[in-house]
Amino acid sequence: MISISSMTKSFGPTAVLRGIDLNIEAGELVALLGPSGSGKTTLLKIIAGLEWPDAGGLVVDGKNWLALSAQQRRIGFVFQHYALFPHMTVRDNIAFGLSVRPRAERPGKSVIAAKVDDLLGLLQIAHLADRFPGQLSGGQRQRVALGRALAIEPAVLLLDEPFGALDAAIRRDLRRWLREVHQKTGSTTLFVTHDQEEAFELADRVVVMGEGRIEQIGSADQIHDRPASPFVARFMGAVVELPVTLRAGRAEAAGLDARAVERRAMADGPARLFLRPDAIALEADPASPWRLTHKASNGAMIRATLQQDGGLEIPVDLPRHSAPDLSLGSAYRLRPLTGAVFSFDAAPQADAARPLPILKEKRL
Amino acid sequence: MTSAAAPIRAKRVLPGFTLSLGTTLLYITVIILIPVLALILKGAEIGPARFWAIVSSPRAVAAFQVTLIAAAIATVFNALYGLLMAWVLVRYEFPGKRILDALMDVPFALPTAVAGLSLTALFSSNGWIGAWLEPQGISVVYTIWGIALAMAFTSVPFVVRTVQPVLEDLDPGYEQAARTLGASEATIFTRVVFPQILPAWLAGCTIAFARSLGEFGAIVFIAGNLPFQTEIAALLAFIRLEEFDYNGAAAIALVLLFFALVLLLVSNRLQAWAARHRGA
Repeated sequence: MISISSMTKSFGPTAVLRGIDLNIEAGELVALLGPSGSGKTTLLKIIAGLEWPDAGGLVVDGKNWLALSAQQRRIGFVFQHYALFPHMTVRDNIAFGLSVRPRAERPGKSVIAAKVDDLLGLLQIAHLADRFPGQLSGGQRQRVALGRALAIEPAVLLLDEPFGALDAAIRRDLRRWLREVHQKTGSTTLFVTHDQEEAFELADRVVVMGEGRIEQIGSADQIHDRPASPFVARFMGAVVELPVTLRAGRAEAAGLDARAVERRAMADGPARLFLRPDAIALEADPASPWRLTHKASNGAMIRATLQQDGGLEIPVDLPRHSAPDLSLGSAYRLRPLTGAVFSFDAAPQADAARPLPILKEKRL
Repeated sequence: MTSAAAPIRAKRVLPGFTLSLGTTLLYITVIILIPVLALILKGAEIGPARFWAIVSSPRAVAAFQVTLIAAAIATVFNALYGLLMAWVLVRYEFPGKRILDALMDVPFALPTAVAGLSLTALFSSNGWIGAWLEPQGISVVYTIWGIALAMAFTSVPFVVRTVQPVLEDLDPGYEQAARTLGASEATIFTRVVFPQILPAWLAGCTIAFARSLGEFGAIVFIAGNLPFQTEIAALLAFIRLEEFDYNGAAAIALVLLFFALVLLLVSNRLQAWAARHRGA
């Protein structure tokens, strides 16, 4: 089990981690999800022993890892650009972690060779064993990098943007395959990504990070349906932000029918409603202040732009085949299918979906 | 109207190929090929028997020996020191680093005769360093060590300047990866870092050795130039020239050239072997 407590880290004047508390269970597959600059890679490197925090604790299986060097931690780290040793064959790359052990702990040559053969089989790259990394494709290098990390039977497997440099089709393949490898090896795995789809598809739990803090921890559904902060809501694609008035937990505004949005146990008053452009339905309503100013189709979806009298402009994505006939200049009522309400003040919500170590919400 | 069957000719993306290649070929011919050809012709004029007699004369053999041994000593020293220097300049931050970096170019910039003179002054029995070494029974000036010293001085930048950029470009990820895999710092150097700078290092050492073979200006001041003891091959060729024995000079020079070529060949094979993983 990995236990991270009150961890902070600055690079010069820039605070990269502002107090991280996180527990990861043995055997879990966890994603650190966040935009670039959220501190997720720094956190991963601290766990690996490649960076050191300014303050905080890192305890793994009861041992204080901050007192151990990277060499002593026995982790498997898969680098974003793989960092395979270019002068070694695939076989030697995978064997590296075993062959550099001190003589007393080093397995015999035949044991190492057998282990490497096992991994080559598991990773489905046996035919590449004698090639050099320069002769491999990106996806093959990724497998070798994982094999090299797995060879030492790591206590924790860490992956930095594991599929970031690959194209979409290979990425999907490798994702499914990584999931299988995780099931077979059972090692506690933590990976960093900025790709939501990747995080949600692969991980048991997703940790959303923003600006050096953990914003929310949860499953795909939890984070989707109940974002814990405006940051998470925006990051999850709820880029439409409407000023509303809360009355009895229900968001109200002119031209808005928010009956489908869950009620919130929040005080009446002004609030913000966050919506995804693809979770808004439109209904003709001459009384609505929203007018259609633009529409364009990409074949599957119609992207409509609506403007309020006040000048506020929002995008709405509708499936083309089930969309109503939209005419430019007409007035429409917004009927969100889901949405998240947050009050205007900067303090955390009392009823935020998951009570987490979310500190202050930063205005972006 | 052009006929439809006109062959399609790909246009060169980069213009000026003919002109730029022509210029370089002309340059190489005038500066390198013609002098080398003249040297070979001059040496060949005298026929194999006479050639062999000149280059196998005791004085010439002694000169070749001194030159090769001193160059070997200088190169071994530079190989180690140059590697260390490149490592220090790339891997550590310290005040005065830029000055040190600039100092590495001094041997290139300094006229070699000036270098020879100041080394002689320093290491002679009444020089700053010589006065201290002499009582210990170590004499540098007028010995093969002095020759090696002068060679080392003029050729060390070759090693530093070939290794340095490669070391700078080395992805720190390799070392981090090795660290996470449990490798000690010493193992990381020998198994991860060194193999990757090996080709550059070999190339640097080769140029340093070749340069040492031909070094003249710095050595004549510190060597004493005693025939059979501290007379280098380049000086012997020069002496033959002064005696208007052009064939003798050319014969000795040709042998030096031969050594340098053999060395370059061996070095190229070694580099190709060290960089075999790059051919992909």
